[in-house]
Amino acid sequence: MAEFIHLRNVRKVYRKGREEFLAISDATFDVHAGELVSLVGPSGCGKSTLLKILAGLHGHDGGEVRIGSAEHPFDPSKDIGMVFQAPLLLKWRRILDNVVLPAEILGLPMQASRNRARDLLALVGLKGFEDKYPYELSGGMQQRAAIARALVHDPKLVLMDEPFGALDALTREKMNLELLRIWKESGKTIVFVTHGISEAVFLGTRVVVLTAGPARMADNFEIELPTPRTLDLKTHERFGEYTRRIYKLLGME
Amino acid sequence: MDRSDGALRRYAIAVAAHIALVVAWYLFVHLGNVPKFVMPSPVETAQALLSPNYDWWKNSLVTGTEIFAGYFLALVVGVLIALAFTWSRAVQDFFMPLLVSLNMIPKVALGPLIIVWFKYGVFPNTLIAFSIAVFPIILTTARGLREVEPELLDLVRSLKGSRWQVFTKIQLPGALPYIFSGMKVAAILAVAGAIVGEFLGSDKGLGYLMLQVQVTLDTPAMFMAVILITLIGILLYGLVLALERLLVVKDARIDG
Repeated sequence: MAEFIHLRNVRKVYRKGREEFLAISDATFDVHAGELVSLVGPSGCGKSTLLKILAGLHGHDGGEVRIGSAEHPFDPSKDIGMVFQAPLLLKWRRILDNVVLPAEILGLPMQASRNRARDLLALVGLKGFEDKYPYELSGGMQQRAAIARALVHDPKLVLMDEPFGALDALTREKMNLELLRIWKESGKTIVFVTHGISEAVFLGTRVVVLTAGPARMADNFEIELPTPRTLDLKTHERFGEYTRRIYKLLGME
Repeated sequence: MDRSDGALRRYAIAVAAHIALVVAWYLFVHLGNVPKFVMPSPVETAQALLSPNYDWWKNSLVTGTEIFAGYFLALVVGVLIALAFTWSRAVQDFFMPLLVSLNMIPKVALGPLIIVWFKYGVFPNTLIAFSIAVFPIILTTARGLREVEPELLDLVRSLKGSRWQVFTKIQLPGALPYIFSGMKVAAILAVAGAIVGEFLGSDKGLGYLMLQVQVTLDTPAMFMAVILITLIGILLYGLVLALERLLVVKDARIDG
């Protein structure tokens, strides 16, 4: 099977005046269609930069970036969904109108998009909240709406940048389970950036480990854990092995 | 207690506070035997309305016209200037420091000049009201248009959204609460501007009337004029608040 995302020796340098800052030195990994890949690493390891390169927001200074395959063609102008650490819902729009924003930007047929947005809100567990304003929802619920927004235009690739980083620990665990369910039901390819090691292992079919100072890619391995994943898995022996492996790479052991 | 009960209670308290002020005023004048030409009682002040030679209605209309016209002009021009700023970084970098300096000019001091340029009357007074009210609107609108979450821009850019889409879907609605906070400040300033204009040179309006009755020491009429000016100000401010309630989601409102 041809890989959906293909990265070879990707390099990114930020320049500020005369100073150069190496954000990514040598990232090489593949992602198959339908995978959920965790990018894990400390602040400054270039994981968000990598996400922006995948989103087409940043160029790269060396190496090869290719997204899409014959089997899964990819249109960079409409096949990206994004979720950030903050929900970033528009305060003045009701939840349903927030969710359809990407469809509006792409000029998709509105009635169909609104129907799809309703279905997605049901999928993320927000049925009945379509006409609420963001301030009437909790942080976790707002983030669910943000996930629905990232899916409304049916993108092939969903990029998530520490989407649960601002939530409390319990809500975060709950959202992890929800994300696995949404991922299964939507069948999307997801790249999930986090600095939570156990979150990375719990969610990912594959984990890419990045280290900071200097920024480089330290490891890339598949996670083989039973599915469907439940919170019990966190006490699974292999779960511990995976997290230890990452701790070691990050020099925390 | 539900929400509407709470609101009703707050309204009742607000009305009571106003009544209390008038009662306190009445008691102060009566118990203190304050002479009428120093401070008239509420009743004497109200009686000034009956005096036929002050033409209250016409003068109020003149002052109201100056305030509302100056304010409306400030709103339109202020928002347009702020919009021009956002279209070009260079324009903003050039004009913004200039505006901050110009804002420091005591606009009242421009009054005599404006009268030299435009003679006296409704038009120059409108201009003075405009010149005071326009600055807060420009500054808050420009600020609101600038305050866009960078990640929200990323989201639009990742879908190859146009600058126009960013502007209409995110920037402009996002700036609305800021525009209203400027409008509230401007409403108060526009009233002051129009009155200053009338003080400096005018042949009608409530400010003009105040100077006339000052000569004859008709203090009740002066009080009445102040009250009417205040009521016009409250009308303008109230309209702005009502419009804000209509257009800006509760959570996004900026109190000012």
